[in-house]
Amino acid sequence: MKLLLHDTHIEAIKQHVQSAYPEEGGGLLLGHIEDGRAIVSEIRVLPNTWDVDAEKRRRYLIPSRVMLHEERQADARGLDIVGYFHSHPDHPAVPSEFDRDHALPNWSYVIVSVQQGQAHEVRVWQLREDRGGFDEQQVTSGE
Amino acid sequence: MSVNVVIPTPLRQYAGGQKTVSVTGATVGQALDTLTQSHPDLKRHLFGEDGKLRSFVNVYLGDEDVRYLKQEETPLTDGATLSIVPSVAGGIHE
Repeated sequence: MKLLLHDTHIEAIKQHVQSAYPEEGGGLLLGHIEDGRAIVSEIRVLPNTWDVDAEKRRRYLIPSRVMLHEERQADARGLDIVGYFHSHPDHPAVPSEFDRDHALPNWSYVIVSVQQGQAHEVRVWQLREDRGGFDEQQVTSGE
Repeated sequence: MSVNVVIPTPLRQYAGGQKTVSVTGATVGQALDTLTQSHPDLKRHLFGEDGKLRSFVNVYLGDEDVRYLKQEETPLTDGATLSIVPSVAGGIHE
C-alpha cells in the first residue's frame, strides 16, 4: 500500500521528534484508506508514556487507554488511525525487533532517525502479514 | 451471550472488512475464541505463539480494560461491547 504524507506533515513530525530528543517522540497518523492508498490528513503528537523515564531514550509508548480515546475521537471526526510515527535517537530509521513484536499489518510505521538532535532520514514501513518483517512503503507527498 | 467486538482498523481486513463483529461467548475468552474461529487470520496478530494475547493487545469491556476485571474469565452480558485496542510501542534495536 502506498502512503500519501504531505511535506508539511513530514516537517511537523521532524520538528516534534527533534524537540523530544534525546528521548523518543511520536504520535499518530490520522486519515483514511482510499483506492489502496493510505492518505494522511493530519498528525497527532502524543507524549511518550513509557513507564521508566530513563528508558524513554530507547522506548516509546502510547498506552491502550489513550488509544481507545484517540480512536473514538478520530471515529467521531470521520477519520481512521492509519499508522503512527516515532523516532530512533542516534539510531537508523529501520524497524527493530521490538518494533516488529509490537506492530500490526496495514498500518504505516514512520520512523525518523534523529542524530545528535537533528532529524535525518524518514522512512516508512509496513509489517508483513506473516509478521516475519517489514516492507518499506512507498511515500508520495503530493496529490 | 451475543456480544459485539470492535476490531481495530489495521485488522479489519481479516474480519471481512467489518468494524464490528458479532460473536457468542459467556466470557471474554470464549468471545475471542469464537472470533478467531470465524476469522482465523486474526489469530496470529492477536495471540502469540504461547497462545496468550500479545502484550500490546488490550481488550476493553465498555470502558474497562479486562486486565483489571477478570481477564479472559470476565463474564459478558448479552449485547455487551468488547473493543480490541492495541497500545502503540516502538524503539531502537539493542
